[in-house]
Amino acid sequence: MLRGKAFKFGDGISTDHIIPGRHAHLRSDLPELAKHVLEDADPTFVSRVGEGDFIVAGNNFGLGSSREHAPLVIKMAGVSAILVKSVARIFFRNAINLGLPVLVCDTDGIDDGDELEIDLSAGTVRDITSGQKLTSGKIPQVMLHILNAGGLIPYIKKHGDFKL
Amino acid sequence: MGKTLSEKILSAKSGNNAGAGDIVIASVDLSFVQDTTGPLTVIQFRESNLKKLASPERTAVFIDHAVPSPTRALSNDHLVLRQFADETGAIMSDVGEGVCHQLVAESLARPGDVIVASDSHTVTAGGLGAFATGMGSSDVAVAMGLGKTWFRVPESIQITVAGQFQRWVSAKDLILHLIGRLGADGATYKALEFGGDGIKEMTMSQRFTVANMAVEAGAKVGIFPSDEVTKAYLVDQGRGTDYQPVAPDAEAVYEQTIQIDLDTLEPIVARPHTVDNVALVRELKGTKIQQVLIGTCTNGRLDDLEIAAGILKSKKCHAGTRFIIAPASRQIYLDSLEKGYFRTLVEAGATILPPGCGPCLGLHQGALGDGEACLSTSNRNFKGRMGNPKAFVYLGSPATAAATALTGEITDPREVV
Ligand code: SF4
Repeated sequence: MLRGKAFKFGDGISTDHIIPGRHAHLRSDLPELAKHVLEDADPTFVSRVGEGDFIVAGNNFGLGSSREHAPLVIKMAGVSAILVKSVARIFFRNAINLGLPVLVCDTDGIDDGDELEIDLSAGTVRDITSGQKLTSGKIPQVMLHILNAGGLIPYIKKHGDFKL
Repeated sequence: MGKTLSEKILSAKSGNNAGAGDIVIASVDLSFVQDTTGPLTVIQFRESNLKKLASPERTAVFIDHAVPSPTRALSNDHLVLRQFADETGAIMSDVGEGVCHQLVAESLARPGDVIVASDSHTVTAGGLGAFATGMGSSDVAVAMGLGKTWFRVPESIQITVAGQFQRWVSAKDLILHLIGRLGADGATYKALEFGGDGIKEMTMSQRFTVANMAVEAGAKVGIFPSDEVTKAYLVDQGRGTDYQPVAPDAEAVYEQTIQIDLDTLEPIVARPHTVDNVALVRELKGTKIQQVLIGTCTNGRLDDLEIAAGILKSKKCHAGTRFIIAPASRQIYLDSLEKGYFRTLVEAGATILPPGCGPCLGLHQGALGDGEACLSTSNRNFKGRMGNPKAFVYLGSPATAAATALTGEITDPREVV
């Protein structure tokens, strides 16, 4: 069970919003890079987000680049799950590969600052502030295996191969 | 039941009778990284305990995004990559060779290949009939070590192209038009499969431009069947034996079919800050532009430079507009020198950068100032993309870019030639 606060974003948050190319020189200094997470969408995000909080956004979250640094810095900022109406393909795979869950559900009713409780195995989201309950789409089985192992690299380290 | 091109390739590479929606493990024919995502791939590769590359001669490392390196930190990232290539025997492509996707097209991609790389524009090789897609560092690290990866076989959207491009209208206008119709997430998780009589006349360069931007509609791949044009290109590149015919089955099942008539297309641009925010060039007449960029994996090829040189011959760029050119590869650079395009363009006022990504991702060179606007032949105009979230990026064809460099405002190429 995950519990935290919702940080609300709109549609079309791109990987350039999450961590723009101009910070590429920081990619080998991840703690420094993480200080810039989402700064082009909300410059105050990084100072407000706390351990276990959630990013809640609209459609096509994470579109753009294949940079795995995007979900990586989100995870480093303390975010424990991302809730979206829809998610771009590469970002989705990257997030799961890093052990960061992405739940697809109707996020319209969730407000910025709402307190949420997420049951990953049941795929349910409870908005404690509004009392609303949401169900999320299913994460494909193969991705669940990877997520449960803590990500792709721990998975491969353990199995040495895809055991699907 | 017939199969789409994606289903056929993934069936062949997974040894399964694969259909849309299936999860398969497919062998990977080529994997590569570039210098912004490569160092993390190296970390993930080492962390995964995989140790050796599945096939070093089909694994490549490109230093193309920050070339020559602008900072010490990036130089150190480059060192990591050179050392990795050295240790593992991977192909190394260093400063000055050009953008990974162009070099993969020139020398490595083959029809029917499965290609994965840690760059979203890996889809470019779909122009050659490869199932080529971008992934993150972890996925590519594992594909490099195991020589395989998992895929969800995508549903395909068939794009049937008819007719011929009008003068000064090109592949860039075609793909911007399509993205405008589909929307930036209209093809998420899906394959865009191009066909119809209209593609038969398209050059490989034009096919690469179209395939390159498939990802801007969210697609997993943008793929063309291979044909005589593909074959001639590979022969020209000295690798005719890499040719293989690939085509979808006649009875393939598509999720939907979109018809595009090239005869009716006009020059198009994408406005800030999303690629699907398209408008006709003539509707934006008068929009002031401080910088024009011709280059990148989308439109930095010889025919693109030829078009620009044709428009700017014996003319001068607008005094208030900086005109930057970044050829996509060393081969293109040399050919452009030989054909005199660079002389024409430099005389018109252009600054030529080394082969590589140039200002495309806002990492160095050609970063925009606050409130400035750039008309670029690249593929992305997201907020902050060219180094400044307070700047504006418009995407257009090489002809639109050259016409805009001439007048200093967004200009329909048909008006100035
Ligand atoms: S030219 Fe631009 S889009 Fe192409 S690989 Fe380089 S940074 Fe990416």
